[in-house]
Amino acid sequence: MSLVELAQEEAARRGVEVESVHIRVGRLSGVVKEALLSSYEMACFETPLQGSHLVIEDVPVVVFCPTCKVNRNVNSEDWFICSDCGSPTPNVIQGKELEMVALEIRE
Amino acid sequence: MSEPRLVEVRKNILKQNDIVARAMRDRFHQAGVFVTSLVSSPGAGKTAFLEKILTQLKVQYRVAAVVGDLATENDAARLARSQAPVKQITTGTLCHLEAAMVDQAIADWQLNELDYLFIENVGNMVCPSSYDLGEDLRLVLLSVTEGEDKPLKYPTIFNSADVAVITKMDLAAPCEFDEALAERNIQAVRPGMRTFKVSTKTGYGTEEFLDYLATRLAKSREATTA
Repeated sequence: MSLVELAQEEAARRGVEVESVHIRVGRLSGVVKEALLSSYEMACFETPLQGSHLVIEDVPVVVFCPTCKVNRNVNSEDWFICSDCGSPTPNVIQGKELEMVALEIRE
Repeated sequence: MSEPRLVEVRKNILKQNDIVARAMRDRFHQAGVFVTSLVSSPGAGKTAFLEKILTQLKVQYRVAAVVGDLATENDAARLARSQAPVKQITTGTLCHLEAAMVDQAIADWQLNELDYLFIENVGNMVCPSSYDLGEDLRLVLLSVTEGEDKPLKYPTIFNSADVAVITKMDLAAPCEFDEALAERNIQAVRPGMRTFKVSTKTGYGTEEFLDYLATRLAKSREATTA
């Protein structure tokens, strides 16, 4: 899996051991946290990352409301409307992330 | 050994796929080919719809298709009845297509000899949403037999798509399919999304969809040459 490869690459480049991998997962990324956690363990098996932890930060969905002209959180991913005025909000500002943000390392 | 410390490393996890997809999109634009992908649950009618579209487009345009499934060449065989060049990708156990698989499948095609290329994804409403395939247009299909609330159940795939196509409209009445409710649900998860209603069996709605494709092809070529 590309996450484990990315983290390995980064660790090898710095010549360090990885204790944990910190990632941000948007609610609209299509990734299920529980599934990712269990597959992470499997993907790390017999790699330098074996035994490391995956720390997942949940990223809520933020949309831009064209009526209020401000960014708003959406209360539910199956209802893209402004939480204040109720306008439809197609413009997703945040919530599709799937990124590695930090590594906890030991030198 | 020193205490562990946290270092910032900002990297997009899907990056490798995104890099391949971006390069493909550039090549598609240079070649002047308009690329459409199709996603839906298994059995929504992607292959039947695509066979119809290919057959009708073939009269006037140069078309080709790539189709992904876990196993069998059945869909490629069905699509080949349209006389268009077709490639099957069998993914084995993988539940979605990735950009590199498509790239490899089309390697020996001359893209500049095509007007339209279609990519039919593996029938799955979850994973395909996260993988860019370099397409210009992503269609999400929803058949009337699946229920009006499918968009609410799978918001991510609807949100990642550009246009919705409701299929099997000939069965709408027997299924007591509520068109207005389905449309409301689509608009809830993807405000402003355009919806086409089609029946592959009767041909209902396909002309309107083909007109839309022609408009998009013209616009895309205008943007590339401008």
